Amino acid sequence: MRAVPFVLALVVVACAIFGVGRAIGSSYAFFLGYVVVQYIVLGTAWNILGGYTGYVNFGVTAFFAIGAYSTVALYKLVPAMPLPVMVLIGGAMAALVGLGTGYLTLRLRGVFFSIATLALAVVVQTLITNWDFVGGARGAYVLRPKLAPLIGGEYVQYLFVVMLGLCVIVLATARAIERSSLGYGFAAIRDDEAAAEAAGVPTLRLKLIATTLSGGFMGMAGAPLPYYVTYLDPTSGFNLNYAVNAIAMPLIGGTSSWLGPVIGAVLVGGLQEVLRVTISSAANVLVAGVLMVAFVILAPQGIVGLFKRRPK
Amino acid sequence: MNAILSGLLLGGFYAAVSIGVAISFGMLDIVNIAHPAFILLGSYAAFIGNTVFGIDPILAAIIAMPLFYLLGMLVYQVYYVAFERRDDQSLRGLSFFFGLLFITEVTLVMIFGVDYRLVQASYIGDKLTLGPLELPFRLLVPFLVSMITVVGLQLFLSRSFLGRAIQAVAQDQLALRLMAANPIRIKRIAFGLSIATAALGGAVLIIIQPVEPSIGREYIGRVFAICVLGGLGSFSGMVIAAVTLGVVETLTATLFGPSWSPAVSFGVLLITLAVRPNGILGR
Amino acid sequence: MSALLTVEGVGKRFGGFVALEGIDLEVKQGERIGLIGPNGSGKSTLVNCICGTLRNETGKVRFAGETLDGLAAHERTRRGLARSFQLPRPFGSLTLVENVRIPILYTVNARKAGPGHTHVPHDAIDARCRDLLGEVGLSAKADRQPRDLTQIEMRKLELARAMAAEPKLLIADEVMAGLSHAEVDEIIALLIRLNGQGITVIMIEHIMRAVMEVSQRLAVLVAGRKIADGDPREVVRNPEVVRAYLGE
Repeated sequence: MRAVPFVLALVVVACAIFGVGRAIGSSYAFFLGYVVVQYIVLGTAWNILGGYTGYVNFGVTAFFAIGAYSTVALYKLVPAMPLPVMVLIGGAMAALVGLGTGYLTLRLRGVFFSIATLALAVVVQTLITNWDFVGGARGAYVLRPKLAPLIGGEYVQYLFVVMLGLCVIVLATARAIERSSLGYGFAAIRDDEAAAEAAGVPTLRLKLIATTLSGGFMGMAGAPLPYYVTYLDPTSGFNLNYAVNAIAMPLIGGTSSWLGPVIGAVLVGGLQEVLRVTISSAANVLVAGVLMVAFVILAPQGIVGLFKRRPK
Repeated sequence: MNAILSGLLLGGFYAAVSIGVAISFGMLDIVNIAHPAFILLGSYAAFIGNTVFGIDPILAAIIAMPLFYLLGMLVYQVYYVAFERRDDQSLRGLSFFFGLLFITEVTLVMIFGVDYRLVQASYIGDKLTLGPLELPFRLLVPFLVSMITVVGLQLFLSRSFLGRAIQAVAQDQLALRLMAANPIRIKRIAFGLSIATAALGGAVLIIIQPVEPSIGREYIGRVFAICVLGGLGSFSGMVIAAVTLGVVETLTATLFGPSWSPAVSFGVLLITLAVRPNGILGR
Repeated sequence: MSALLTVEGVGKRFGGFVALEGIDLEVKQGERIGLIGPNGSGKSTLVNCICGTLRNETGKVRFAGETLDGLAAHERTRRGLARSFQLPRPFGSLTLVENVRIPILYTVNARKAGPGHTHVPHDAIDARCRDLLGEVGLSAKADRQPRDLTQIEMRKLELARAMAAEPKLLIADEVMAGLSHAEVDEIIALLIRLNGQGITVIMIEHIMRAVMEVSQRLAVLVAGRKIADGDPREVVRNPEVVRAYLGE
């Protein structure tokens, strides 16, 4: 499928999902749908760097929270600003942090980047905790409007639509990368960086593109969060679950294709919801970690890899 | 003055939590980001030994060490079979350790809850006064335990055959194989040792401060900052880096408030990576 | 003929170990040069310094009238300097066709992306990749992954990938090790054919038959220094070279 038909197909699927949601009409469905779609975005964003170039970003929460807190700050400064604009600004902030972190650490071995991202999460949390304007350690309240603009209905439907739109953009980007020379360059970096350089691939520039895109999309995924939770404090905004899910879902679904994170997010997100309702919230948190460890040991190519026959 | 002194003592304690990573990352090239989770496991082992059996936390850690050693060997075996042998250390190997970190943390929350836990020992409240200087035992004991561990391991690595084999495994696996030593076995033992040190590190951690399951994460940046700053694989560099970080953090906490100190290690780590990736003692 | 590559006083240390010291080497446009030396004499280090994989601490490398110092490896490749790796470094998750496609995408297309030029179309790239694989005898495995190749086939893939960058200068780092007599002949013919198309060739090799057959000039490295450089037949009779190879 070419790029344009693919995007159209995504839009049709997204509209159909929203249509089904409207038909069901329960706000629970929208709340649940929002979480799953948010994880598709987060997982795909992580995969653009982790799966395609092989650089592991553990600091998902840092980028996600930068997006979320940028919305909190904007909400206090310009309450009337439309949500999509906030999403763009949050994404831009996170993209800048991604670029900066990448620039400082990507000339070294890959593990140093990973370690730096782990520490980055702690530091961004420290900064936010000490920043009183966005609530500091006490947290901040964001008033969720009653009604959704443009589409009518509950506001959560609007949040869902925004996230769904973001999801279409992220998936289209990921797939476009896979099929472009950028994607081949990323794969070369993942397989052997010195050989990639020798083949003419500007590795540092490509890695910076990947960290910037990946960080930016994570920030965008986090930007609507304050309206979703209405109360945001550092402990919940920087919850390790976001990082574990964002890493686990592509690894479980399969990192080599855009479809992997989607499968992973739907499967794990759905499973978590079932477990949360039937057993306990602790069990639902654990499941992503356990599945991730099981998959990286037993099925390194993920679910997509299980179904894809090896080329003969 | 007292801030610098307690920073020094704190730094000594940081050396105890970092030494395991100095072995696994510095010598074996295994990026065990789950190490802080094993340290927390050590803290809770000391906590159980202390509250259930009423023994000293350090003693409890020493009793737990063989178990940690075995656990470490097991983890390495899985790591070797699933990642090292497939040459897939970076993406999936790192994710594996990240998963372990998370699973351990959540399991500890499920068992012990998110409350802070602490241990009792006769010396914890006391302090040693030397003129104007005050040395709280709460910091002094971890400092001493830490220094004994570092010196002991340094002696083991430089004097014993096994220790030298461990150092050799980092340099040249082929030479080691020619000496009829199995590098995988050596690495397994070394990784076991690295995890065994986490038992001690955990015990001194819970002496210094009350512990809850998520504080392990704070130590990831710190521990790796220390190891990178100290130059990978060098114990002396690591101790210097640990003490430096301890002093800088304590001063930061005194001057700007304690909520800022977690940011110090990241700053130090980033600056080191950007300016001197070989560490302070590196070339 | 003018000098395509000039190496002036290049030195490189690893810790206390001097890998290269004061290497001078001039390669003329269109030449075929052999570079020999015992294991550990610094041949691959020199290649790495020329190609930008390693940074030389002293000296200069000039290529096609331009100083290469400070340029990253990929920038040197784009300027027409391609190399194969002594230990094959294939892109493991890609097929052979895709392995060869990467240098085409990133060097040939990047060069042609200037004004008035368009990218090579998709199908043309694919056909070109298969041609290149055919030249080294890997057509049958074009859609396989490198893990299905033997060590020898991987060396051929290395060569195909270097050729794909359409270089001015091709550095073939021990591409013949382990090949059969007939296969060595094939690669010799290939190198001479490429040379006939105007590509300058530096060949690093242990197989003396191939070295003598390909090289118009021979340079010898021993312990990081160049001890001989000249007509191949004279160089191999040079007493210093004989001593280095046969021991004191």
